[in-house]
Amino acid sequence: MLDTLKLPDHHYLNDGHGLKSWLLTKDHKRIAMMYLISITVMFALGGFFAAGVRLELMTPQGDLFLADTYNKFFTMHGVVMVFFFLIPSTPAVLGNFLIPPMVGAKDLAFPRINLLSLYIFWLGAAFFFYALFSGGVDTGWTFYTPFSSFSSNTNVVPTALGVFISGFSSILTGLNFIVTIHRMRAPGLSWFKLPLFVWAHYATSLIQVLGTPVVAITIIMVFVERAFGFGIFDPVRGGDPVLFQHLFWFYSHPAVYIMIVPALGVMSELISTFTRKTIFGYSFVAFSSLAIAVFGFIVWAHHMFVAGISPYSALVFSFLSFSVAIPSAVKVFNWTATLWKGSISFEPPMLYAYGFMGLFLVGGLTGLFLATLGTDIHLHDTYFVVAHFHYIMVGGAIMGYIGGIHFWWPKMTGRMYSEFGARMSAILVFVGFNLTFFPQFILGYMGMPRRYHAYPDEFQVLNIMSSAGAGVLGIGYILPVIYLTYSLTRGKAAGPNPWGASGLEWQTQSPPVTANFTEPPVVPAEPYEYTPHVAREANLV
Amino acid sequence: MSSKGVPLFPEAASSFATNVDNLYLFIIAVSVFFGVAVIIAMVAFGIIFKQKKPGEVGERIEGNLALELLWSIIPTIISMVMFGWGAQAFFEMRVPPAETMTVYAVGKQWMWKFQHPEGAREINELHVPLGKAVKVLITSEDVLHSLYFPSFRTKMDAIPGRYSQLWFEATKTGTYHIFCTEYCGTNHSGMIGSVVVMEPQEYQAWLAGGSVGGTLAERGEKLFSELACSTCHMDSGQGRGPSLANIVGATAELADGTTVVRDENYLRESIINSQAKIVKGYQPLMPAFQGLINEENLVALVEYVKTKSPAARPTPAPAAAPAASTATTDGMQTPSATGGKN
Repeated sequence: MLDTLKLPDHHYLNDGHGLKSWLLTKDHKRIAMMYLISITVMFALGGFFAAGVRLELMTPQGDLFLADTYNKFFTMHGVVMVFFFLIPSTPAVLGNFLIPPMVGAKDLAFPRINLLSLYIFWLGAAFFFYALFSGGVDTGWTFYTPFSSFSSNTNVVPTALGVFISGFSSILTGLNFIVTIHRMRAPGLSWFKLPLFVWAHYATSLIQVLGTPVVAITIIMVFVERAFGFGIFDPVRGGDPVLFQHLFWFYSHPAVYIMIVPALGVMSELISTFTRKTIFGYSFVAFSSLAIAVFGFIVWAHHMFVAGISPYSALVFSFLSFSVAIPSAVKVFNWTATLWKGSISFEPPMLYAYGFMGLFLVGGLTGLFLATLGTDIHLHDTYFVVAHFHYIMVGGAIMGYIGGIHFWWPKMTGRMYSEFGARMSAILVFVGFNLTFFPQFILGYMGMPRRYHAYPDEFQVLNIMSSAGAGVLGIGYILPVIYLTYSLTRGKAAGPNPWGASGLEWQTQSPPVTANFTEPPVVPAEPYEYTPHVAREANLV
Repeated sequence: MSSKGVPLFPEAASSFATNVDNLYLFIIAVSVFFGVAVIIAMVAFGIIFKQKKPGEVGERIEGNLALELLWSIIPTIISMVMFGWGAQAFFEMRVPPAETMTVYAVGKQWMWKFQHPEGAREINELHVPLGKAVKVLITSEDVLHSLYFPSFRTKMDAIPGRYSQLWFEATKTGTYHIFCTEYCGTNHSGMIGSVVVMEPQEYQAWLAGGSVGGTLAERGEKLFSELACSTCHMDSGQGRGPSLANIVGATAELADGTTVVRDENYLRESIINSQAKIVKGYQPLMPAFQGLINEENLVALVEYVKTKSPAARPTPAPAAAPAASTATTDGMQTPSATGGKN
């Protein structure tokens, strides 16, 4: 029956041709696709810098690059991946594409502002590229003062302005989502019928709108100190270098949740679809996203336990950090419980979901070592921290994002991709990722500091394992680019609902028309309703 | 993974290292238990509940309040154990015992400079005695650095403009890594060195051989007169500045009515930025020495001022008898030319 499916005659991709019809579009789906291309380019760039770092670290001596070049490589890897890939990834691509159809709307609340956010993102990226091509930057993605304000003589100001500008893109996207979710839900679609993907994006949007202005202000402070000699962070001019860390982490810790919470939302959709049942403890999963967003704002100083802060404030921040661990654990337990008595099938997106669960689990559990004061003092700024946050950001956020791309690709393009290729990719990413980052936990406890160009000989074996794993991981990431691109012209037509999923976005054709729905979607009585009746409607029996 | 040449732990060479390692193993045990339980459940459910025929749907299970409470409360309790044990280990690391010897560390792109009160000065190498509590007062000449002793399981940032501190008691002789763990520019990964833990007698011998140019306090005393501090800060209290005798560790009342405990950070600030805190009854006449004196000389001055408060001083040398301790730092040693390892 699937063989007879054809792409619909009219859809958003052929509604207007030529560059102008894309650059001036107000269609959230086209904007999402332009974000997809933009951040894929940035991901490749960040991956290039990571490859440089891993190649250098294969030998203890700093023999491949000069120290300054190496320092620029890890800095630009971090800046690109955090600010120009991870923060926009799931919200700007999948959130942008899916939130309107998921709530049964034609578009986001402010389509022009949505387009503006993309242009702002491009402008921010342009500043970054200027910094890159005029010599790069070497402060680390954290821009710690006073190094960034008077010691580094690289392109700190253009890079920081790039981050500052792209932050507004993030704020506008968050604002758009909040208003859309409040105001544009289809009749009958109450809050507790929303997909958990939408809940997760609502929580994320709150962080984007409330947190990003703080880092913007902080960057401006570094800018005026560097450019005009104001004494804000430089102690010689009466400033306080540790103040920067408070301000920076007040945003940048919640920013971790900007990266991971949308991926948690993706996970709920994948697990529900491929178990053919509703998420166990829907309201607990929904509220755990909000809890993470709120608690995420009051844990920032756990990045500063060795920065000379009062031991008593360290005590408070350690305690609060455990409070974020609980809602994260609750989500994992609920997903696992969802598998119980499900009708589980292992299509490629579900493989990514399983991979995500394994990696997020390790990432979350290793966070306990860093929230615990006694162990954090030893582990702080070692490779243990590097491994931990890569498990969350790469193993969690990117795995969720790519899993989501595989899940909604048929909806976005109307076509199916190579299932074999996708399975290979999911397996290679999982294996390569663990080989790359698990050895780094051991390196960290052994004491290897992060951001080291050269290191003592005893760390070499584990570093070689890590670099080898990075090679496998790289192949795992390149594969989807190939088979997804190939599918654009050669893939089989997907039909409206190839996975037999329950969300509103699957009630319309693939790819959807510009207005998303040709007839008003039917809001189900319950979220994630899977009955044999629904399955029949989805042409699966 | 624990093959030859790939140890999983660095040497445990301080009094609190074993506690940290045990805490680490405890969290590993908890993590492995929960991690393995979830993974087994995932895999087992994946096999047992694999879709039998197309179109089959899962059973609609909305949730279970008792389970939700169970898996919220149990992790909370376990994490509170981690928090409590972690806090205990942390305070053990952060609060030095009453009796310590002090070493000063100054971070500078890209080296560590250590100064012993007895006068020995070293770069990228630190000699300490076995079984003696050592307090390290740390600052930076330029950007942030972090002084990390993996074998002692402790580290502390070096922050320009203030003193931070850590302490340890070495429990095994040997040579262990020192790393800088706060990124500080080009040669960050070259800002490494070693800490050499010696038997106390050997340490004494090493100190005697390396203490050149006088004790730290003697160098400070020389600076104190060279910079003309002594013209105002007279021990008699008759000068234009307050007497510096017996002030360290004591509380002072300031011109604005607030009070402050005069510790090393206070002394440092009062030299560098002398207008910041004016003692009640005195005029803000003192010039600020910001930019006129480097951190190493500042340390010498601070150490000299501390000798004027014998009651507040910790025992300076491990082998010295308590009665002889103040005498030692007042210049009884016979030193010679340059620093120990320079």
